[in-house]
Amino acid sequence: MEIDNKTKEVLKEFSPQLENFNRRFKILSAILIAIMLFALYAFYRQEKDGHIITGMRDNVVWGLYIANFVFFIGISYAGALISGILHLLKVEWRKPIIRIAEFITVIATIIGPLYILLCMGRLDRLFNLVLYGRIQSPIIWDVIAITTYIIGSFLFLYLAMIRDLAILRDTPGLKIGKFRRWSYKFLAIGYQGTKEQDKQLEESITIMSAIIIPIAVIVHSVLAWIFGMTLRPGWHSTIFAPYFVIAAIFSGTGVLIMAMWFYRKMFHLEKYITKKHFDYLGMLLLIMAAIYGYFTFSEYLTDWYTSETWNARVLKKMFDINQYGWWFYFSVLVGNLLPIIVIGIKKLRTINNVALVSAIAVLALWVKRYLIIVPTLETPLLPAQDTRMEWVHYSPTWVEWALTMGGVAFFIFAFMMLSKYVPIVPVSLVSKPAEKAAEVEVKPTVETV
Amino acid sequence: MKDNKGQQKKDSSRRNFLKLGVLAGGAVVSGVGLSAIAGNPGSTGEKVKVMTTDGKLAEVDSGMLHSCGSCSSHVSNEEARKGIPGRKFVMVIDLSRCKNARKCISACQNMHYLPKDKEWITVKLMQESEETAPYWMPKTCYHCDEPPCTKVCPVGATFKRDDGIVLVDNERCIGCKFCMNACPYGARIFNWEKPKGIPQEILDRPYNIESGAPQIFGTVGKCDFCPDMTRKGMLPDCVTACPNGVYFFGDLNEDTVTNGSETFRFSELIRDKAGYRFHEDLGTQPSVYYLPPVDRNFPVESGFKGLSEEEKARYKVNED
Repeated sequence: MEIDNKTKEVLKEFSPQLENFNRRFKILSAILIAIMLFALYAFYRQEKDGHIITGMRDNVVWGLYIANFVFFIGISYAGALISGILHLLKVEWRKPIIRIAEFITVIATIIGPLYILLCMGRLDRLFNLVLYGRIQSPIIWDVIAITTYIIGSFLFLYLAMIRDLAILRDTPGLKIGKFRRWSYKFLAIGYQGTKEQDKQLEESITIMSAIIIPIAVIVHSVLAWIFGMTLRPGWHSTIFAPYFVIAAIFSGTGVLIMAMWFYRKMFHLEKYITKKHFDYLGMLLLIMAAIYGYFTFSEYLTDWYTSETWNARVLKKMFDINQYGWWFYFSVLVGNLLPIIVIGIKKLRTINNVALVSAIAVLALWVKRYLIIVPTLETPLLPAQDTRMEWVHYSPTWVEWALTMGGVAFFIFAFMMLSKYVPIVPVSLVSKPAEKAAEVEVKPTVETV
Repeated sequence: MKDNKGQQKKDSSRRNFLKLGVLAGGAVVSGVGLSAIAGNPGSTGEKVKVMTTDGKLAEVDSGMLHSCGSCSSHVSNEEARKGIPGRKFVMVIDLSRCKNARKCISACQNMHYLPKDKEWITVKLMQESEETAPYWMPKTCYHCDEPPCTKVCPVGATFKRDDGIVLVDNERCIGCKFCMNACPYGARIFNWEKPKGIPQEILDRPYNIESGAPQIFGTVGKCDFCPDMTRKGMLPDCVTACPNGVYFFGDLNEDTVTNGSETFRFSELIRDKAGYRFHEDLGTQPSVYYLPPVDRNFPVESGFKGLSEEEKARYKVNED
């Protein structure tokens, strides 16, 4: 494939990131691998000794793991929804950031379901899901939806990468190993940039981005129904599916902004990832924060106003500062209002501030997932008497924290490795002239705010 | 059932003698059991003598009998999933009698070879509001007719049988614990660790789905209405172990419940004593009924007698 000069220029900028494994990279990798190994040890202990070494007991049978599961599936929305929608609308500024978004999706979709597996008492019987699967169970819905989602998001990422893989294959000067060069050749599946190939690829990507959006919505709805289908206060809510979907877009946008900020700093991508990106995605974050806040308010207001006994007991735990109060107020007030205020006021809307409030919002959403799961389970219908006292309240043990940190470490590590393999900014896209934008023009709307 | 001699005779003349069975009368005649389903296959003309629930001898057509090869405690997995034909088990718990003697709990643990920290039955000290009277409330699995737990099981490891019992197959369970969240009553107990304090001989036994023993590490267990006992025509151990006769067990098809020494017509008992089911509003249709804690001739505090400090502390849990 003939590579034009513009592309060569762009690739040259990125080649150091593909070729050099500097000291900082190595040290960071070593730390992350150490954390992951420790998590692996925790996993081994859990399998050997049983779930008794976690903080979970007969009242709170799901804890940190399920919170992490919901969280990771949530942030996977970055690629699926944001990148999918921006592609369909042919928004020009999406180009430098979609690969980051798609990486987030693929990595988070792999990590998320691992946490369900950690929550299973008999991992060795996983195949029973196939042998005896019952379609009536929301868990089977989840299995089907998440498997589809993983495959879909892989395809989406891969299709969008083929052009860059072909470019890398046909750039002779790169200082890379033999195997890696072979892998580019293999993965580029003979893409030569002919008109026909180009058209096919473009169509495939468009179809995939149209498919991935409903799949993403279904995945998070099904996830919400795992909670919604039970007779539990705080879970048994009709708005849970849309509530989870909005929370997922909210956290996905947040993580995308954080990742953009890191890469911009680390790889010096100021030329590609600009203030405009932070402005636009910040606006999306603001809108999501507003919708999410509206859902939250609606959910808790209705529960609180009627104060049906069982519901009221859960709410009391949430509102009481001696119990989950501080966490609750942090997640619903700080995590929700701060992004709206900081991004809403033009003066405050700097790149660093947008990244900071994104980080706070993401943290708040993680806390919220924990608050959805634990206080509800700590509030059984019958008084929690005549069970062992230490079984009533949940606090995660080192095993659960180790595996949580392991997931985060894996997320960062996979990101680092992937961005060593292909340029974090799609070279083929940014070196191409602008496409004809779709009907919707985003820019003026944002400027007026 | 140990003893039927003292049971009350109620309307025995009007009863259709076909509505009798293994459970209340010990009606097993040389390896042959009676099917209690009305409309059993036609007559053969040959008469066989069996004993009724009232302890009387009666003659029935041999066509009404069916082979009882399955009455042994080792039934196939398939049979265990189906249940005992023609049965609809029901339990009545008389709250006016419960003094928290906790004998049901230990009997259950012995019966199912459970470690001491696994309680399939718990006894709650209930008090609906400050002004209402406190009372002791034993809680088993309610074996709901609309069980929310079996609905959500991804692998059919927990299931509802034709005889009304909700069972768990510990050999199929994947330990996802979804059923534990789906059950609003907290009836389900997880096997968090390898069983402690259980003789190796028991643990080495092949798992029996109907006896629920030995419990398997990493799976869910719960009160199972002792189907291996009922299949043999005996009462669950919690019923026979209770010194206060709190538990009544029986068959809805037969309309009879007994606590081992007293036997009642189920419908009359529920009608006369204003029986109810816990939280009817949840729509789960439990098979366990409660009789209200009225006319108690003992103070509720007597339930604390003989409890260990650890057990006493369990009732002071400040959960809110």
